[in-house]
Amino acid sequence: MDLIEKDALTLGRLIARREVSASEVVEAYLNRIEKVESMLHAFINLSGDLARRLAAEIDEKISRGENAGEFAGVPIAIKDVLSTKNFPTTCASRMLENFVPVYDATAVEKVLSAGCVMLGKTNMDEFAMGSSTENSYFGVTRNPWDTDRVPGGSSGGSAAAVAAREVPWALGSDTGGSIRQPAALCGIVGMKPTYGLVSRYGLVAFASSLDQVGPMTLNVSDCAALLGLIAGHDPLDSTSIPDEPEDYLSELNGEIRGLKAAVVKELSGEGIDPDVLRCFNEALDTLDACGVSIEEVSLSSFEYALSAYYIIAPAEASSNLARFDGVRYGFRTDHECDDVWEMYDRTRSEGFGGEVKRRIMLGTYALSAGYYEAYYAQAQKIRTLIINDYRKAWEKFDVLLSPTSPTTAFRIGEKIDDPLTMYLSDVCTIPVNLAGIPAISVPCGLSEGLPVGLQIMGPPLKELRILNVAYALEQSLNLNMRPPI
Amino acid sequence: MVISMEDVEHVAKLARLYLTKEEKKMFKRQLSDVLEHARIISGIDTSDVEPTSHAIPLANVAREDEVRPSLPVEEAVRNAPWSEGGAFMVPKII
Amino acid sequence: MEFETIIGLEIHAELSTKSKMFCGCSTEFGGEPNTRTCPVCLGHPGTLPVANRKAIEYTILLGLALNCEIARRSLFHRKNYFYPDMPKNYQISQYDIPLSKNGFLEIDMGDYKRKVGITRVHLEEDTGKSIHVGESGRIHGAGRSLEDFNRAGIPLVEIVTEPDLRTPEEARNFMIELRAMLEYLGISDCKMEEGSLRCDANISIAVDGVQGTKVEIKNMNSFRALQRALSFEEKRQKEIIIGGGKIPQETRHWDEAAGVTHTLRMKEEAFDYRYFPEPDLVPLEPDPQIVEELQKSLPETPGQRLDRFIRKYGLPKDTARVLVYDKKLGDFYEEAVAKGGNPVAIAKWLAGDFVGLLNEFSIKVENSPIGPHGISELILLVERGVISGRMAKDVLKEAFQSGESPAQIVSRKGLSQIADSEEIALIVERVVDDNPQAVRDFLEGKEQALKFLMGQVMKLSRGKANPTMASEKLRELLEKRQ
Ligand SMILES: [Mg+2]
Ligand SMILES: [Zn+2]
Repeated sequence: MDLIEKDALTLGRLIARREVSASEVVEAYLNRIEKVESMLHAFINLSGDLARRLAAEIDEKISRGENAGEFAGVPIAIKDVLSTKNFPTTCASRMLENFVPVYDATAVEKVLSAGCVMLGKTNMDEFAMGSSTENSYFGVTRNPWDTDRVPGGSSGGSAAAVAAREVPWALGSDTGGSIRQPAALCGIVGMKPTYGLVSRYGLVAFASSLDQVGPMTLNVSDCAALLGLIAGHDPLDSTSIPDEPEDYLSELNGEIRGLKAAVVKELSGEGIDPDVLRCFNEALDTLDACGVSIEEVSLSSFEYALSAYYIIAPAEASSNLARFDGVRYGFRTDHECDDVWEMYDRTRSEGFGGEVKRRIMLGTYALSAGYYEAYYAQAQKIRTLIINDYRKAWEKFDVLLSPTSPTTAFRIGEKIDDPLTMYLSDVCTIPVNLAGIPAISVPCGLSEGLPVGLQIMGPPLKELRILNVAYALEQSLNLNMRPPI
Repeated sequence: MVISMEDVEHVAKLARLYLTKEEKKMFKRQLSDVLEHARIISGIDTSDVEPTSHAIPLANVAREDEVRPSLPVEEAVRNAPWSEGGAFMVPKII
Repeated sequence: MEFETIIGLEIHAELSTKSKMFCGCSTEFGGEPNTRTCPVCLGHPGTLPVANRKAIEYTILLGLALNCEIARRSLFHRKNYFYPDMPKNYQISQYDIPLSKNGFLEIDMGDYKRKVGITRVHLEEDTGKSIHVGESGRIHGAGRSLEDFNRAGIPLVEIVTEPDLRTPEEARNFMIELRAMLEYLGISDCKMEEGSLRCDANISIAVDGVQGTKVEIKNMNSFRALQRALSFEEKRQKEIIIGGGKIPQETRHWDEAAGVTHTLRMKEEAFDYRYFPEPDLVPLEPDPQIVEELQKSLPETPGQRLDRFIRKYGLPKDTARVLVYDKKLGDFYEEAVAKGGNPVAIAKWLAGDFVGLLNEFSIKVENSPIGPHGISELILLVERGVISGRMAKDVLKEAFQSGESPAQIVSRKGLSQIADSEEIALIVERVVDDNPQAVRDFLEGKEQALKFLMGQVMKLSRGKANPTMASEKLRELLEKRQ
């Protein structure tokens, strides 16, 4: 039995039925990591020994007939932006190179208490700022489909690890597309849930009003399962939605006949690679064949989404990242400093990488006296316009569609010196974060041997609906995406 | 250029970043590019639009006034670059 | 030139909740450094604030007591600036939509009243504490600082007044009134010495009705310091104006020991707080029904109690003020009155000797060795003529030292007055016999002599003779001699 080709749900069932032990599963994945990790560099820190110990404990529990959790023994990888108690959490930054948190993020606690075994913390753009995982203090992650290319970002490590079967599923975080874009570029499923559905407690903040934790999986049923594990109200997060989440997995049936969908004109025309569009359009035909009516809708405010995002996100980031100052935790300059102010300046300059500094500068500027109204306040109003445009669309349509990313995986180094071009790779995913709605990226084909993702957006808390559309598409396309690695 | 060298220096100071000359020049150019692009939003009439700071409408989230255990002090300072007697130490302030 | 002093205050008071504003750490004062901290109040990466319901309620309560409008929708903002005592390098505070605004507080200046506008009352979190160490041990000479975050995150209300105060005395009285208000509402400990009540002031001098430059003054750690600092600053500014100089807009530091203010030279001149709505917290929308209930639950204010004490008990204003502006003393007074005794007499004793003894022995009202019942007992002993006022003074002091009740002291020391008319008659007769000259003087019309004879009576009785009975007896006897 080739364990690493199974999805997480299957592995969970096999372990629960004692057809295979948790230790065997964990060992299979650790072997796989051993084999491919040097080519990919999907992880920042591996927790193999811990995982083996935990798997042995789980096996013992199972043999005693005890409940070891719904997903006992299923390996998982955690993006290194989520706080893990007593295990390093670096955010891919020199600033937190040696930081060991004293508490678990709520999402982490939830997957661990379901019995999942963490194999390691995955690589990412520093503090989740980037679209290529090139902005990591610990080096780039490579795309398993073509190791000269980026896996996307910022959750590139999680995407690459899942795509390369180093782990069956992983947690990522999405502020402007950081789950969906790498999922698309690596040929896996990735979802950004409704803002507030998954607790942000323990998610190291990039842009607090946009950040969400979400699943990155091999297929849609795993996505539903992992979302089910992490969703739900958390009293530690004031922005957490109090409603009881839907039962995503048991109601995942692909019944979408009669649904009304619309392609967002502003996200599927100009600037989108023609071959990506070709893949996208073919997938639309498939959806059409599933009984979904497909129209086009123009949401004019989306034209301004990218600009609004690149004001709001850096502004919040500039404040969120102020706490990294070399006082209570993290890196502090070795330089002999005259006073605390010099210590701050040097610590932050040496501890942060270029992209992080760039966004801190941008955000600080946008919030500073004299510019607040023109930039930040205006961007917040654009945000309202985007929300209103979505609202109007939901009156007519059940879901909205677009490509996930305007291009397939680009070459490492190709955009790194041109921030603005890099920022444009988030153009399709950003409006979703600004509006706080859920969206999923599901593979819809290959373009010159590289995966293309289709984005399905839904109204707030309609995760089940978009999962079902994704599921139907996945079943009909039956792509069986498998990177060459 | 949307922003001046003085702007860059002022912002670096607010953000507590020590920048080299080269970095300042680079940021001046790159920030100007991004802000230039962002300028398209300034032309839109939003006079009757409310700003959105929270995408999901929630209000009045609060907790009861109950004391919870604090961290043991060793845990509190365990990640500190420099601490003494349970306190965090920094170079002189003024 | 006609000068007018314009003063506004910005006050911070720690709310007396059990837990901090955004986490469950205890708010207890003191403790070893960082023993009351958690990932949230240390600003660990990934942590989030959750607001304390009680702190919000307290702030609304204060807003109502200060006659403010309560916002229908209020936001928390982040105030961004770097300082080592701030764990996140931003303070969660409120900005353009505070919980309450546009109120007033009336202060009594004896011969006039002043209505002081309250610009806003908002909620925020306290910072930690920097302890400067090394070299000379003073701030300026410090080689390094130790950061303790036990205080970080304790809920603070910020009260900003309109520039409606005109004298340093008014500023001081405002603080006394406000402190009493906080005490009456039971929402703050108001211990200036522990830093739970802090006050900054801004002061300018208007010349012939033209507004002057505002100067901010910090580091006033007592009401006395506030008044002294403002008086100094008022004089300093007037002298500069008279000398034709200009007053720069600046922040000055009050040096209590030297009795002067001086320019606060901050190395960090870049102040731009970059306020923006706190994305980690959702808006506050106080339920109008709850606000109404809070309004109804408002306790008697110090001003109302003062009026009541004057009206109901017939107290002189000065005496009533002493009792009212120390809530616990006021409570003590009402308890004592309830136990019995003349309210005016009780008030005089409390505001006079009792407060004197509290100060002398450095005891707080609540720890007084003699309780309201004891005071009532003491006053009743005087009223019933068992002891004299003079004796009562000693008994009260004795009660402070021994902790015995006044009745116990009186009986143990055999202090009760001689109120037996025969015994008094004997003493009086003896005094009259022993002082023929004085008797003659009296009979010749010198009223003075009567006082002398009374003194002799008291002396002979070792102060125990009931003065009223003794004086009656004396007159009776002297009239017989006539
Ligand atoms: Mg304040
Ligand atoms: Zn705490």
